[in-house]
Amino acid sequence: MAKEYITTRNIAGPLIIVDSVEKATYGEIVEIKAADGSIKRGQVLEIDRDRALIQVFEGTSGLNLGETKVKFLGRGVQVGLAPSILGRIFDGSGSPIDDGPAVIPEKMADINGVPMNPYARNYPSEFIQTGVSAIDGLNTLVRGQKLPIFSGSGLPHAKLAAQIARQAKVRGEGEKFAVVFVAMGITFEEANYFINDFKETGALERSVMFINLGDDPVIERIATPRFGLTVAEYLAFDLGMHVLVIMTDMTNYCEALREISAARKEVPGRRGYPGYMYTDLASMYERAGRIKGKEGSITQIPILTMPEDDKTHPIPDLTGYITEGQIFLSRILHQQAIYPPIDVLPSLSRLKDKGIGKGKTREDHSDILNQLFAAYARGRESRELATVLGESALTKTDLIFVKFADRFEQEFVKQDEYEDRSIEETLDIGWRLLSMIPVEELKRIRPAFIEKYLKRYLKEEEGKDAAQR
Amino acid sequence: MKENIGKVVKVSGPLVVAEDIPNAKMYEMVYVSDKKLFGEIIEIKGNNASIQVYEDTSGVGPGDPVYSTGMPLSVELGPGLIGSIYDGVQRPLDVLKEKYGDFIVRGSYEPALSRKKKWHFVPLTKKGSNVVSGDPVGYVQETVAIKHYILIPIGLEGEIDFIADEGDYTVEDIVAKVKTNGGEREVRMYQKWPVRIGRPYAKRLPPNEPLITGQRVIDAFFPIAKGGTACVPGPFGSGKTVIQHQLSKWSDADIIIFIGCGERGNEMTDVLMEFPELTDPRTGRPLMERTILIANTSNMPVAAREASVFTGITMGEYFRDMGYTVALMADSTSRWAEAMREMSGRLEEMPGEEGYPAYLASRISSFYERAGRVIVLGNGKKESALSVIGAVSPPGGDLSDPVVQATLRTVRVFWSLDAQLAYARHFPSIHWLRSYSLYADSLKDFYTSRLGKEWAEMRKEFMKILRREAELQEMVRLVGIDALSPSDRLIMEVARSIREDFLQQNAFMEEDTYTSLEKQKRMMRLIHLFYVYAQDALKRGVSLDKIVDLPVRVDISRSKLIPEDNLEKFDEIEKKLKESFEALVSEVQNG
Repeated sequence: MAKEYITTRNIAGPLIIVDSVEKATYGEIVEIKAADGSIKRGQVLEIDRDRALIQVFEGTSGLNLGETKVKFLGRGVQVGLAPSILGRIFDGSGSPIDDGPAVIPEKMADINGVPMNPYARNYPSEFIQTGVSAIDGLNTLVRGQKLPIFSGSGLPHAKLAAQIARQAKVRGEGEKFAVVFVAMGITFEEANYFINDFKETGALERSVMFINLGDDPVIERIATPRFGLTVAEYLAFDLGMHVLVIMTDMTNYCEALREISAARKEVPGRRGYPGYMYTDLASMYERAGRIKGKEGSITQIPILTMPEDDKTHPIPDLTGYITEGQIFLSRILHQQAIYPPIDVLPSLSRLKDKGIGKGKTREDHSDILNQLFAAYARGRESRELATVLGESALTKTDLIFVKFADRFEQEFVKQDEYEDRSIEETLDIGWRLLSMIPVEELKRIRPAFIEKYLKRYLKEEEGKDAAQR
Repeated sequence: MKENIGKVVKVSGPLVVAEDIPNAKMYEMVYVSDKKLFGEIIEIKGNNASIQVYEDTSGVGPGDPVYSTGMPLSVELGPGLIGSIYDGVQRPLDVLKEKYGDFIVRGSYEPALSRKKKWHFVPLTKKGSNVVSGDPVGYVQETVAIKHYILIPIGLEGEIDFIADEGDYTVEDIVAKVKTNGGEREVRMYQKWPVRIGRPYAKRLPPNEPLITGQRVIDAFFPIAKGGTACVPGPFGSGKTVIQHQLSKWSDADIIIFIGCGERGNEMTDVLMEFPELTDPRTGRPLMERTILIANTSNMPVAAREASVFTGITMGEYFRDMGYTVALMADSTSRWAEAMREMSGRLEEMPGEEGYPAYLASRISSFYERAGRVIVLGNGKKESALSVIGAVSPPGGDLSDPVVQATLRTVRVFWSLDAQLAYARHFPSIHWLRSYSLYADSLKDFYTSRLGKEWAEMRKEFMKILRREAELQEMVRLVGIDALSPSDRLIMEVARSIREDFLQQNAFMEEDTYTSLEKQKRMMRLIHLFYVYAQDALKRGVSLDKIVDLPVRVDISRSKLIPEDNLEKFDEIEKKLKESFEALVSEVQNG
């Protein structure tokens, strides 16, 4: 029988300090019984001789000094795992909220996980077709990658994430696929949007959801993504499934982290966020990946809303340093009614080079990708110049690039929420657009591919020109 | 063994405070709790010692034992290093995977060098000869290209009393005995060295030869010397890691040490899977046969990240001491600095700028100063060099970041990565106006003797054109391109050609990923010739539009794709270039 301590000495924000503790250990989970009999859970953050500093997941309201009973459970936070976990919905600390029975676990796992041995990793190189041209064509997602969506408030990141969850597939294979959805501090409506979308498309039965809403305890958010990721690891590496983890909104997670840090009176780093935020975020993002000799994979799509659309804010900044690229949503494109409003220039997929090309997508993919980027960048630059000086200030080639940039946004980036484009369609749109540009400007494309792919469209364009005349 | 045991009193993340450790010394290695978690003493206050623990401390609590070792944190140096992958405290990750599985289990331990593997030892000295520290007693052919010399350990000198015959030995076998003033000492195939202390050398020399990287913007514009230091700061997505990978693939060093310090796991995997398949352009052997990897990814314990750069550079010094040219890449030193900040915060030290400890700058410079071109210890008086290239990841790409500033004060080459260039997919995104190399002068002689005077002149001319382009762009922004004179517009065109046809280099394209100095020179000459001819043609009344539309320009832009073994192709293009301009000029004169 574990001892119950009534020696709580301090309560401040989400933290309590308990005195005269025997044999507590770092990271251990505790059960806290408030005066009214309600039970909360917490975790040891620091232990100094017989004094334990504990963060309370459900918040400290209702706790007092004399009657609060604290029990140390001698283990870390764990989650029970079994195949029947698929199709279930849990709250932010792992209790079912879908009126179903508790999961009967086949195994228990610590939610903090253990770092994957870099030597055991398998390099992500299998192309995932999302059906979204701006992603497939230019910022290709591969299995085992972590590719966040950098968004802003009011932008349709939820729609895009749901579309990816709906359409993502590895071509020509009927493999086991699952979605783990982690909500941290989002609104009921947004969570509901995902749940309904998953229900409608039949995705719910192959999904596991962990929902911590905006009015749920803040500190619980620290644990929520770790529950999700532990389940994802189980599905991927024990059951051999390909798991897509969507985590939204990382900004709320980081704010919870800051709240604990402030309550502990730690030396703050940039904008008050703790100095260890990089390490903390990495301990989650790095749980994406593949393992040599194992079937499954974990692909992460974290979503974060950049405060004031500022990508140098610590949250997007540190995330960008850990993840393998990012998908940027642009307010300007959104205002022009372009969906998905992906700004391809600052977007990036670091792993694309191994996932594209012959045998994966198509041999011309790499060249066309580089050329589209370069041409669009030049078009945008010229367009900016034109807004300052007027179109007359541009050379005739620059004018072509401006027109290219406009058409690129309207035809390549823009597509319907339910439009699922194959990679061939995406690349062919790219060629069609490039055919506007004089051939000698297509410096990034090998001549053989110009011969093979572009010729067709050049004739088309000529035909159009003739018709116009 | 009771007397070696202290007791844990406090645990706060990776920081553990213990009391009653007998004879606790600064930077001594200890094992914490019965799980034998590996740590290092970083502060002593009275009876209490603060320990940074290199593994996750969950489950450790007051009362747990702490075992002292009396040894500072050291690395093992000997045959078996090359081709290995270690974590930040030199645990062999490949062996750990075999033994413990796909995840890193706490308290797992394996020696860095295999104790069972036998190496073929060839003696190089004989009984009775006098040796000093750093002299080789023999060697092991570790890979086809690398003779791993077995050196007399630092601090030992005397007469060889025993030397093993040629044959197969393990690293623990005694291969020599030395009679010294202090009695007879044994020499094994491996030795240990504390990571925080630089290995001594006989004399430091100024650098005089470039580290040839095959990256055009680096070799031609901002070269780094063998034995030099460089830093690559840039925001995320600007291509730091690709540059580091390119340098470790193509640099003409004998040994490459790549430290993945707090970075992505998948990137290390990329190196691990790619390097064994790539061939070293100089030896024709797999690149992995000259590479040592240190992987302490961002999710691995933060304290081991702090140690990883020292672990790496100590190995670098060891190979330098054998006479090899070593290049060390650290990606990224910002994560290393952050690890220092985290430990400093937990020690409740008074913070300096942005929460970094006040000793940040001195730690950074003590790391970079271990680079250099030296004459090594030993009677051979061999010359060798250790170059260090560190990536820096400043928050938001802001160069006023304390880590960037402290690094810039100590390194001699600055490759400034630019986000705008990266967005336009101009890679490597090294900004030509903001970067610099302080070695340009000391390397001038090398370049002149190898490539002729032309090289330096073209380089100067190109820099001038690029600077002028920046000014002209300002003007265009205000008044439009039409306001420029034809000769200024020509400069804009040539600058664009320099940027797109020369500086830009595609790391993922087989023909373009490495360019020899000779080919670089030929490429530069094409653009330069175009400029010279075009100026002349303008003077003779040829319109700029005609010059700009010359089909030969496509050949210039495609000259990157000319294979290294077919450089005669450049002669053809030069000829075509000349004829094209002659045709233009005669057209004007005749019509």
